[in-house]
Amino acid sequence: MKLWTAFLNILAKDMRTYYLKPPNVSWGLIFPLAWTGMFFVRSGSGLESIPTLLPGVVAVSVLFGTTSMLAVTVTFEKKNRSFERLLLAPIPLELLMLAKTSGAILFGVANAFVPVLLAAFLADLSGLAWGTFVPAVALIAVASTFLGLFIAVAVSEVFEAQTFSNFLRFPMIFLCGLFFPIAKLPVFLRPLSYALPLTYGADLLHGSVHGAHSMPFALDFAILGAFCVALFAASLVNIRRKWIA
Amino acid sequence: MTDAVVVQGPSEGNEAIAVRDLSKRFEDVQAVDGVSFTVERGELFGFLGPNGAGKTTTINLLTGLARPDAGSVRVGGIDCTGRPRAAQHLVGVVPDESNLYPELTGYENLCFCAALYGMPRDERRERARELLKTFALAGASDRKFAGYSKGMKRKLTIAAGIIHRPEILFLDEPTTGIDVASARQLRQLVADLHDGGTTIFLTTHYIEEAERLCDRIAFIVSGRIVRIDSVGRLLEPVKKKHVVRVSFSSAPGDLTGGLRESFPELHAQLAGDEVIRVESDGPVRVGPLIRFLEDRGAEVTEARRVRPSLEDVFVEITGLEADAMRREKEKKGGGQ
Repeated sequence: MKLWTAFLNILAKDMRTYYLKPPNVSWGLIFPLAWTGMFFVRSGSGLESIPTLLPGVVAVSVLFGTTSMLAVTVTFEKKNRSFERLLLAPIPLELLMLAKTSGAILFGVANAFVPVLLAAFLADLSGLAWGTFVPAVALIAVASTFLGLFIAVAVSEVFEAQTFSNFLRFPMIFLCGLFFPIAKLPVFLRPLSYALPLTYGADLLHGSVHGAHSMPFALDFAILGAFCVALFAASLVNIRRKWIA
Repeated sequence: MTDAVVVQGPSEGNEAIAVRDLSKRFEDVQAVDGVSFTVERGELFGFLGPNGAGKTTTINLLTGLARPDAGSVRVGGIDCTGRPRAAQHLVGVVPDESNLYPELTGYENLCFCAALYGMPRDERRERARELLKTFALAGASDRKFAGYSKGMKRKLTIAAGIIHRPEILFLDEPTTGIDVASARQLRQLVADLHDGGTTIFLTTHYIEEAERLCDRIAFIVSGRIVRIDSVGRLLEPVKKKHVVRVSFSSAPGDLTGGLRESFPELHAQLAGDEVIRVESDGPVRVGPLIRFLEDRGAEVTEARRVRPSLEDVFVEITGLEADAMRREKEKKGGGQ
């Protein structure tokens, strides 16, 4: 009960001070809308292209929404030493970091549903497999958040976290099969695609929105889950090694 | 005021902190080098040393923010060796920088810190209000921490450190950089906490502050403890000494050498750019001293007898000038 009190208050504090602030709310709305508009215009086709564009826009919204926030909620707090408050509290490190990241996960999921809501007005989404789509969005949000956490604890400055994030995010968007099929990538790039967590998230989203997926859903979920565990564990190792050194 | 800072009952045993052969190295700097000491329950223990002596690193090692390279640490009877965060429910920490959340109000900051220790909502609200009143911050409870003055920030940081009624409180330079009135108020609060039974581990570079507040003091220099004793015993050797400080506005050349030759019974040394500190086992006759200095062209502006203090012990033990240490610290943190 005591640990839950701490967990919920860390989450509530982050939601109030970071995620629900007007700049972030507007960022959370405008960014996915901009992506949607951009790809819709770029596709040059009619409203029937929305289901094929939707997985990419959803994944990009989640990826940017989550990874950008960790640089603030973790790197910035570490830099101004307020993170020490949390490290001094009698909370297991695992739970503490879950509390610090759950705000970003919720923010990422909320970002994902902005383009979905928009698409629901413009296209027929009756064929969408919600039972796969919702858990896929949630797991992509968790994996992206933990990727953001891994970056945030690996650096000491906010700008380093942003730079490092971009270094990973942009290649990942183009290599994970969201907008360009992996099968059409040059052969030497394909192994790299399969080393990216978003590849499995993209496969789940494509499969659940318009039925085109290359791997069994169970395998996608399992590999994406493994990425979540590995990224979180690696982040904890880094925190113990660097911040409780 | 004391009722606001009552502590929880102590756990078993009489040692609040027990440290053996503690060492920590950062790259090529040996920050803490084989440090051993114990702090009794309810004791106010001072940890004094110049900048970079290893004070904050020692606090970090004791509170779980750093991992020792060697040695053992017991806090509140819990063996924290290899488990640096094992005793965090027993300790409160006030770091050398006020590190609360700038975007939260004073009240929200205290409620949040209480929640980190699992306090139920009604209890943490009540405790936050109680501490805001105790620290004379009730009027600023709805203001954001970012808008607080340095003194207010310091007070709220201390309030946050004791929100969960810790058995052991670590205070790292609590009065650095704040005005005289706030510093005096904070010292009174520390004394009240001590009276309430809290074990306090205090680092400070204000030697008179340590002398006034502490039961025992450890001097740390270059990561090593050079002396630990009660304030009374530390003062014993200097108590019988007679000290005169002579200030002058200009002086031609080295005066201390001449003083030593002409007054062999006196020990004279420069205590600043324009101050000579004269020490003797017997009473010092000020008249001949001033005449001697003026005959050599010094313009004496003041000569006063001073009570030997812990500062003299510090200077003797560390070989460092306390004034210089204070000035250096104030340059970094703002004057007191």
